[in-house]
Amino acid sequence: MNQFLDDFGLSIMVFVPLITGLIIMLIPRAKEELIKQLALGSSLATLGWAILLTVRFDIDNASTLQFVVDTDWITAIGSRYIMGIDGLALPLILLTTLIVPLCIIYSFNHWPEPANPKSFLTLILILETGMLGTFVAQDLILFFVFFEVVLLPMYFMIGVWGGQNRRYASLKFFLYTLFGSALMLISFLALYFLADGTAAGLDVVNTFDMRALSDGATGAIARTSQLWIFAGMFLGFGVKVPIFPFHTWLPDAHTEAPTVGSVILAAVLLKLGTYGFVRIAIPILPEAASAWAPVIGVLAVIGIIYGALGCLAQKDLKRLIAFSSVAHMGFVMLGIATLTNIGITAAVFGMVAHGLITGMLFFLAGSIKERYHTLDMSKLGGLLTDAPRMGWVVAFCAMASLGLPGLAGFWGEFPVILASYSPAAILSESMFRTFMVIAAVGTVLAAGYLLWMLQKAAFGTAGGGSVDLTPGATPHNGDGDDHLPKANTAIKDTTKREWIAWAPLLVLILGLGVYPRLVHEVVEPATEKSLEINVGNIKYDCLELSPSSATDCFNEIRNRNG
Amino acid sequence: MTATIFAAAETSTEAAHQATGWFLDNIWILPLMPALSFFAILFLGKKMRCRGSDPGLLTTGLALAFSIAAGIQWLGSVGEGGTLPVVGEWKWYSAAGFDLSVGTLVDGLTIAMIFVVSLVSFLVHVYSTDYVKGDRRYTHYFAFLSLFTASMLLLVISNSTIQMIVAWELVGVCSFSLISHWWEDKSNSGAGLKAMLTNRVGDIGLLIGVAILFFAAGGTFSVLEINSLALSGGISHLVLLVAACALLAAVASKSGQFPLYTWLPDAMAGPTPVSALIHAATMVVAGVFLVARLYGVFFEGFAIAGSSINLLALIGAATTIFGATLAFAQTDIKRVLAYSTISQLGYMVMALGVGAWTAAIFHLFTHAFFKACLFLGSGSVSHAAGGTFDMRKMGGLKQHMPHTYKTFLIASLALAGVAPLAGFWSKDEILAGTGGWGIFGGTGGNGAYTLMIVMGLITTALTAAYMTRCVYMTFHGDYRGEGHPHESGKRIVVPLWVLAGLATVAGLVNLPKGFQLVPKSWTERFGHFIEPHGVTYFPKIEHATPSWTLGIFSIIVAGAGISLTVLYIKRKQQIAERTSQSKLASVGYNILVNKYYLDHLYSGIITKTVRGPLAAGVNRFDKTVIDGVVNAAGKTSVAAGNIIYNQIDQKIVDGLVNATAIQTEEAGEELRKIQTGKVQHYGSIMFASAIVFTLLIIIFI
Amino acid sequence: MTVTQFVIASAVLFSIGVYGVLVRRSAVMVLMSVELILNSVNINLVAFGALHDNIAGEVFALFVITVAAAEVGVGLALVLLIFRNRKNINIHEVDLMKG
Repeated sequence: MNQFLDDFGLSIMVFVPLITGLIIMLIPRAKEELIKQLALGSSLATLGWAILLTVRFDIDNASTLQFVVDTDWITAIGSRYIMGIDGLALPLILLTTLIVPLCIIYSFNHWPEPANPKSFLTLILILETGMLGTFVAQDLILFFVFFEVVLLPMYFMIGVWGGQNRRYASLKFFLYTLFGSALMLISFLALYFLADGTAAGLDVVNTFDMRALSDGATGAIARTSQLWIFAGMFLGFGVKVPIFPFHTWLPDAHTEAPTVGSVILAAVLLKLGTYGFVRIAIPILPEAASAWAPVIGVLAVIGIIYGALGCLAQKDLKRLIAFSSVAHMGFVMLGIATLTNIGITAAVFGMVAHGLITGMLFFLAGSIKERYHTLDMSKLGGLLTDAPRMGWVVAFCAMASLGLPGLAGFWGEFPVILASYSPAAILSESMFRTFMVIAAVGTVLAAGYLLWMLQKAAFGTAGGGSVDLTPGATPHNGDGDDHLPKANTAIKDTTKREWIAWAPLLVLILGLGVYPRLVHEVVEPATEKSLEINVGNIKYDCLELSPSSATDCFNEIRNRNG
Repeated sequence: MTATIFAAAETSTEAAHQATGWFLDNIWILPLMPALSFFAILFLGKKMRCRGSDPGLLTTGLALAFSIAAGIQWLGSVGEGGTLPVVGEWKWYSAAGFDLSVGTLVDGLTIAMIFVVSLVSFLVHVYSTDYVKGDRRYTHYFAFLSLFTASMLLLVISNSTIQMIVAWELVGVCSFSLISHWWEDKSNSGAGLKAMLTNRVGDIGLLIGVAILFFAAGGTFSVLEINSLALSGGISHLVLLVAACALLAAVASKSGQFPLYTWLPDAMAGPTPVSALIHAATMVVAGVFLVARLYGVFFEGFAIAGSSINLLALIGAATTIFGATLAFAQTDIKRVLAYSTISQLGYMVMALGVGAWTAAIFHLFTHAFFKACLFLGSGSVSHAAGGTFDMRKMGGLKQHMPHTYKTFLIASLALAGVAPLAGFWSKDEILAGTGGWGIFGGTGGNGAYTLMIVMGLITTALTAAYMTRCVYMTFHGDYRGEGHPHESGKRIVVPLWVLAGLATVAGLVNLPKGFQLVPKSWTERFGHFIEPHGVTYFPKIEHATPSWTLGIFSIIVAGAGISLTVLYIKRKQQIAERTSQSKLASVGYNILVNKYYLDHLYSGIITKTVRGPLAAGVNRFDKTVIDGVVNAAGKTSVAAGNIIYNQIDQKIVDGLVNATAIQTEEAGEELRKIQTGKVQHYGSIMFASAIVFTLLIIIFI
Repeated sequence: MTVTQFVIASAVLFSIGVYGVLVRRSAVMVLMSVELILNSVNINLVAFGALHDNIAGEVFALFVITVAAAEVGVGLALVLLIFRNRKNINIHEVDLMKG
């Protein structure tokens, strides 16, 4: 059994959703019950399988790849079928496998218009395969294929089940990301031709093997080429993240997407980009990463402030949450840009936390829209009166999103601020300290827009009004409730279905906030390894040297290989 | 770790000894109790018969008992050569360069704080069962009181800066949700919002300060290590100064210091017991506590010893004057108390700024009792006066509610600094601690902060004056409100008396050094037990010996404040009576009544200037400039957000994207004209191009 | 005879073919013109094959003839279908692919 798990565990996890999706396609549309049960069952099975793998996962060796599969795939171009997970991928895999069944539960008997559970579920399952595949792939072409597989189901999900402006939004999403992917593919090909696999112990020169590439195969590439290759990846991943100024697809896509689409988009899809940075761009091209880090840092802090200001200007609840993603992903990118262990670990934590919190906020936005038939914040209000439980959940999530300590969001923010005080030695300290101050200002703005949103949506009464009390007099001694607004009985409080879909997320937001070690412990060794520069068996610490001696260090690697 | 920190302690004459005790070792139980109560109330509260108040009462009662027990064990542990704190540490998470541990730190400061927090919290719980009886969110109210108590206790027992951040933010959230308790009214949720946002502004400083200290101390959050390193010169002065300034922003926002105090008066929108607990006795002193806890950093960063001015003392002094003058301009009793709180917090910060650490904590200790008493008293008054807090609609309540009146009066006198009530002792120690002696003839102190002693004395007079006005308007004269005022119930009156009792006697725990009327072993008990001795994490601070001159002078100042106000109020009534008299008589009468217009000079000109233009000016400054900046910043942010979103984001950034698409589409539009669908057109084009290419090849090759 | 004459004949034939393809309206005439073009190529192939004493020229010509036969077959079938559907074979009216 264990041998079987080691050999086929990952492949089964990745492809079970796809296969179920294909089976569902063959079932007639009329058998809706069967389709629903099958989809839910398979997504739960995938979750169970992922948990099983986690149990088998050797936490003490979180930095090494486990459950590795390595067989021939497309021999003509030297691409191999390599999969494996380490501490970086594990939390994101669990996040993905958790979010998908919750999304299915949330939409149970409750399909977005036009109701078509069969195609909807098929798309979700294909999407799951794409997402999981991206996190486990260890070969650039395999990675690229999965990365692209994600695009199409999401395109259809927005294009078919979206809102008014869905065509525009879906096309924009598709073209934007495709544009980035094209440049990314060019970078991958350039790596293939320029890298020297023999330096990393392979018997071939040209390789797509990510393990070899991050283990010294790229050492001999000229600095200028490295910079260009990194630029290509930067665009490819950056669009997905999204980094300012490539973010404009995000608010449109989120606003138009159906609830479940927004949730998956926010919770997992955005992480594909940041994961790409941590998994591919930085370990493979550390020299270029250090050269690009200031740029990433600048764009990240612009994103933090810009996203927050964007939020303040929004009238639509969903659009506000979408813009807040820009700000939060700015924190993640800032953490990555510091090129330190603390920063990147925090960034990975930030990805998970953002996935949970923003996913949850989109669920809530969907439920609010369902009840009030609008997301215009000037028309919302009084949620706490009409549906108190849901109002408290909104308040809880807003607090989590603004980075309240004790909840998950904090551990993605504070350590990033900490790390930018003292970035990797190769980077300019004063520059990153400036970033730190700007990012800290961003936390205030975050509190501003989230509390403002909370005040608009949850407090007061519907229509943005509030109770008119005689000025100066505050007859609030609990004596009379006569002046208080009556709850709108047409609005239902959180339903059982919603509780089932939300409870795991809420528990995790609190749990990870109180005990962040759950994630840190797995991620940290893997992060440390991803920042190590190994050539063959020799370890270099170029990132921890001052800029001038770092140049010498990188040159030494180049000469050694050349 | 413990060995290295305290190594230096052994060089002193008598080795400091390690405090021990079950309650001290297991202090982590303390915040856990109300935390459990929070969850119990949240999930089960509505089903209970008491609707959620009993778990809160029970756990805060237990917490109080626990605190007292811990206090007794601590008192038993304090040695002459100094006492090492009890440190409990649990590794929460540890990785390369990032050592995250939570833990507890029990020293004198902790003991004082847990006692204040659990006592006031318990009394407020008792009081609230009556005060918010029948409220629609009774259960949530008690849940958040429990959460607040837990967070505050967590804050004061924490041994790491990161744990302090966690608790710091949690108390902020509790404050937010309790201020906006009646969120149906937008102004209440607006006040909550303002409080939270102002605090977040300060939190920038907290996050940055903690980050700086983390790296400066070589990758640790431990307050003991940071303090020890700062004091031993292990961290450069510049770094400490920057860190201290950053942290000062957090202190200013949380403890209502100039210029970030504007949220505190608005926070009075919350229920009155909450104002007493959170916005008077405990949460707002978190900033003072932060300075006291990281005193090594501030002491070295601002070079407090041997100086005559520094930012910390200056901010404190400015705040204390600002708060006191503003208290005059208020008609809402809670707002008077709120400005008074700001003023007193300024006193504490000023005390820390001049190096009078013990005096600051002592004042924090006494202030908690009389200010909580005043707030709870104002709640009782408002209950009686039909729910209003407007003093113009009160008056003459003395006869109707004797218990409330007596306790309120005691607390007011304590606040005003009338001997021998608690406020007198703590305030005078601060004044003595400034070392700005001049004519008063005392000795000691860490520097010569003359400006601070002057500001402190002015505030003493102002405090006495505005409290007199407040008591007079509320309890004396005729009743101006509606309905029939009545004394509140037992559950309100008993807490008032407990607090009033403490406000009377609390001052005796720290009689000044060299106080001749009592044996020497009775003096400076508080300093002896509370101030850390013989340890490396706390600076060696000089204690001042107060003089009789200063004490008497400050009593005179306070007395002058009270009597001038009384005279002013009396004269106003006589002016009203005088209107019926003849012109000639009134001239002579005037001269007599006005005591040759000396009164007029004192009260009419000086007091009026202070009360009128000055207070109004400060009020206007507060409302227009400071609040204006806050509002303008908010509005500008929104406007900038709008501009960026509408102009840059939608037009330029998005425009570029759309332009590419449009260009492609237009190009396609042009090119499609070529595609006629007729084979012969295609053929013609093909052959024509072939000919052109052939010609080109022939010509050029 | 020199190769020039063959090339000239072939060029004339090619030009006639091109003219027919581009100008004639009847699909059948266009097809026949295409045949002319192909055969002009054939003449060239055979002529140059003989000149260089290389059998490949003739082989290629035979190959072209075969392909041309097939092409005519397919072409006439298309013309027939167009005629059935439209009742004429005027290629100017066959412009469904207009962009």
